[in-house]
Amino acid sequence: MSVVVRTIARIIVPMILAFGGYVIMHGHLTPGGGFQGGAVVASAVALIVVVFGAERLKRRKTLLSLLEDLGAIAFIALAFLGIGVTFFRNVLAGGGGLFGVPVPPGPNPGFLDTGGTLPLMNWAVGLKVIAGLGSVVVLFGLFGGKDDR
Amino acid sequence: MRWLKVGALLVVVGFLLGAAAWMHPFGLPWASDMDDYFIANAQGEAAANNVVTSVVFDYRGFDTLGEATVLLCAVVGVALMLRRITR
Amino acid sequence: MIGNFPFAVCMILIALGLWTLLTRRNLIKLAIGITLIESGVNLFLVTLGYVRGGVAPIYTYAPPGARMVLPTPQALTLTSIVIGLATTALMLAFAVVIYRHRGTLDAGKIRELKG
Repeated sequence: MSVVVRTIARIIVPMILAFGGYVIMHGHLTPGGGFQGGAVVASAVALIVVVFGAERLKRRKTLLSLLEDLGAIAFIALAFLGIGVTFFRNVLAGGGGLFGVPVPPGPNPGFLDTGGTLPLMNWAVGLKVIAGLGSVVVLFGLFGGKDDR
Repeated sequence: MRWLKVGALLVVVGFLLGAAAWMHPFGLPWASDMDDYFIANAQGEAAANNVVTSVVFDYRGFDTLGEATVLLCAVVGVALMLRRITR
Repeated sequence: MIGNFPFAVCMILIALGLWTLLTRRNLIKLAIGITLIESGVNLFLVTLGYVRGGVAPIYTYAPPGARMVLPTPQALTLTSIVIGLATTALMLAFAVVIYRHRGTLDAGKIRELKG
């Protein structure tokens, strides 16, 4: 692509990454969550593939598959945390520990330290969606190249 | 053949539009007991302001588990389709 | 009955997707038709859960005393959107591979099963 497109992409990709991280991190307070924020970050990957070419991200495929496995394992482990009562029991909610502050009932400004296992599950699913969609985009970009098909 | 397709499609479209017209009125769902329970108890049980997130990850976590499995299978399928062929 | 116009819009989307599937032969256009049907079904699920005068089911800075729309159809629509995305990626990968092997995207010419 031309130099204008490359410069604008270098400016705008960190903004997209920050917005995706915000959407994942505040998934239990505002509209959004793991899937939506992961899709936002994967759109940044798509922008990099369109502007700079998929060859730049060829070495990162190992990192993406590692992130996918990490997200899946973290999700299953968080679900197994509540196996004492039921699968997917939210054991951390209201317990006073990590993300354990109880929520005042009714409309409130929203506190980040609430939600129990929900923010951790948001991050796990977010990593999974980032890695999955990003690797799909990179694979479509690499297909038809001269050395890797 | 083409007119057969058009006729069949018109029948299906008429069925769909009739179903849309004779459904419950827009904005007045008939049964909402489960959703009322979720809205009333999501802050106390799941400690989350976002009721949709608490439904996705807490009350109906098995759906999300299956969805993550489907996503993993799709990514594996795409990687299998677009792999490098070495002979 | 005229108040059910949002349902009718979803049905029109689904009918457009069916029309695309019946009359087109290009594999990319078939994928577009299936995506149209998915969009119609997702929109239909969300409109099923609307409550008159309701706000989004999120307590952060919610107006006090307002009714909330039903959260379960929205959660299931979230699931449905991600699964639709996965199937779309898989369909496009199949289309790319078929074009690579056969040199055509016409579904009428890809009948024989020899590879």
